[in-house]
Amino acid sequence: MMNTFKSVNERYNYSKILLRQLVITEFKLRYQGSVLGYLWSLLKPLAIFAILYFVFVRFLKIGAGIPHSAVYLLLGIVVWTFFVEITAGSVGAIVGRGDLIRKINFPKYILIVASSISALINFLINIGVVLVFAIFDRVEFTWEALLFPLLLVEIFLLCLGIAFFLSAAYVKYRDIGFIWEVVLQGAFFATPIIYPLGDPIPLRAQQILIMNPVGQIVQDMREVLITPATITIENLYSSSAYRLIPVLFVLIFFVMSAAYFRRSSKSFAESV
Amino acid sequence: MSLKSAANSPVEVKNVFKDFVIPHTRKYTIKSKFTSAFGKEGKRINKGERRPALKGISFDVKKGEFFGIVGRNGSGKSTLLKMIAGIYQPSAGKISVEGKLVPFIELGVGFNPELSGKENVYLNGAILGFSKHEIDARYEKIVQFAELEEFMTEKLKNYSSGMQVRLAFSCATQAQADVLLVDEVLAVGDADFQRKCFSYFKKLKKDNKTVIFVSHDMNAVREYCDRAVLIENGNIISEGKSEKVATMYSKLFLGEDDHEEVEQTGKRWGDNNISIDSITTSKKLYGVGDTLKIKQKITAHVDVSDPIAGFRIKSSTGEALLGTNSRIKKQDLPPMKSGETVVVNWELDNLLSDGKYYIDPAVVYGGSGTKIADWWEDAARFNVKKVEQVPYQINPDISVSFTKLKKR
Repeated sequence: MMNTFKSVNERYNYSKILLRQLVITEFKLRYQGSVLGYLWSLLKPLAIFAILYFVFVRFLKIGAGIPHSAVYLLLGIVVWTFFVEITAGSVGAIVGRGDLIRKINFPKYILIVASSISALINFLINIGVVLVFAIFDRVEFTWEALLFPLLLVEIFLLCLGIAFFLSAAYVKYRDIGFIWEVVLQGAFFATPIIYPLGDPIPLRAQQILIMNPVGQIVQDMREVLITPATITIENLYSSSAYRLIPVLFVLIFFVMSAAYFRRSSKSFAESV
Repeated sequence: MSLKSAANSPVEVKNVFKDFVIPHTRKYTIKSKFTSAFGKEGKRINKGERRPALKGISFDVKKGEFFGIVGRNGSGKSTLLKMIAGIYQPSAGKISVEGKLVPFIELGVGFNPELSGKENVYLNGAILGFSKHEIDARYEKIVQFAELEEFMTEKLKNYSSGMQVRLAFSCATQAQADVLLVDEVLAVGDADFQRKCFSYFKKLKKDNKTVIFVSHDMNAVREYCDRAVLIENGNIISEGKSEKVATMYSKLFLGEDDHEEVEQTGKRWGDNNISIDSITTSKKLYGVGDTLKIKQKITAHVDVSDPIAGFRIKSSTGEALLGTNSRIKKQDLPPMKSGETVVVNWELDNLLSDGKYYIDPAVVYGGSGTKIADWWEDAARFNVKKVEQVPYQINPDISVSFTKLKKR
């Protein structure tokens, strides 16, 4: 009994040490050799924002009726970038570290968590930028902003769940890489990032779109941080019990993916 | 598990089997999953061909023991090592390890060429289980031992391969573990580095560490290991005192020429004014009382007035043991005209002990032999197997006698 306790404790300690070092390494390596370095983690979403802003807000006049439409769009892009960064990055996360996996025994989930954490740090920096823009745009913050961390936990669990599934499945089926690229492209349009939920879209379609967890999270984040005029589940369904559907989906999917990852991780060393 | 048995046997291997699915039947695409689920012939593929690597292995390693796992390449010993390290899971059976285990299957695991030497020390350290705090305390020692003080801020990709190995080895020697797994392949590299490796092994033995050592160098096994198992074809075919197991190995495998281990990397250089056509030994396997006969055939491609032929013999760990040349023997070769061939015969008593040996022949010329015409490392090899075994490189026929003095 004592021994089991000791070894669990040791394993936990080892995971902590390794996780910390892998996050540090990933951050150091990310912008290695680029002149602007870390600035890119800010510049990239801002540049994409500038393009989308001119195309959709200025020329096509989408979302004109929404207060603070620029910040509203920027927040959506930042969340989407975070989602893409973790999930697309995770596809090769296990296969790409065959060098480690074949030579040493360590908890494999650390690889996924490490790259997700460095994406999370990036995301938080970007959220900081959004908040600065929001202040300049005279957004009035309410007590609802305090709900933001809960939404952050939700999207992180969603991303981790998908990352666990994709990375483990990719070891066996290399098709996953191509499939996920296409799925992401489709999901971008199935998520209210560049267009706001609202009038021209039929109610039934809006009700379906909001059940997509990324859409629900983006809309809720906009609601709590930027404007209460955002359309969320409460506006689309009569009962707020519907709110539970995407959240439960995220939780169940996370648990199942983690279990799948855990089960397949035993044979990673032989397959990568 | 009771504490007592855990303290006595930190590593227990019980009836372990391991099968691998043969790679070429492995399917990586979803399409194959569908076709194999629905198609007729697909079903057969889906089962996969299984190749057994280990077929029921059992042993336990006592605390403080230096335990050898020996076998030829492909016998399953590396698979076994990886399973003890927890990298592979056994298909059946059980392996239990008590305490902290550190595997040295390869040096510098996780090293990243884009990071500086210092950053790599922290990264590799974390992989070996050191916290930042623990590495801080050992950092100076690691750098000193690797003799890389002025290079630590440089990127690893700017290191020579020798420097990288030194840094990696230096990190590895700092590992604090209850059980160490050491693969003999660690001891690759130049002779100087091999000496460092072997002196590290000696230190481990002196410190009474529990070590599992994988090797096919029987001299190393005799010298360091207390007990050993011999694995062939996935089974243990001999176990017990390392002496007994090493003798068994020599008896079974040393005679044959296992091609898989011959690495014809044979570094060779020189201006090729004279070339070595061939270097041959009279036998592949020498025993007690044999004479080693080495025949070296050289051909000149320009006129050379003062050729010198020579050779040296190296152990399997790369240590040069002996050698000579025609100048030292005061037997100068005749001047050679372009196109002429000379055969040089060397003969010596077989003083070597059991093992594999390599011959480096060379031809030089010009004054005191300052110009290298052809220098050929590992050009030939032979084996030695004797009745008496000693853990030393030289095993001459030593006579012993004694007289009992009367009590006064």
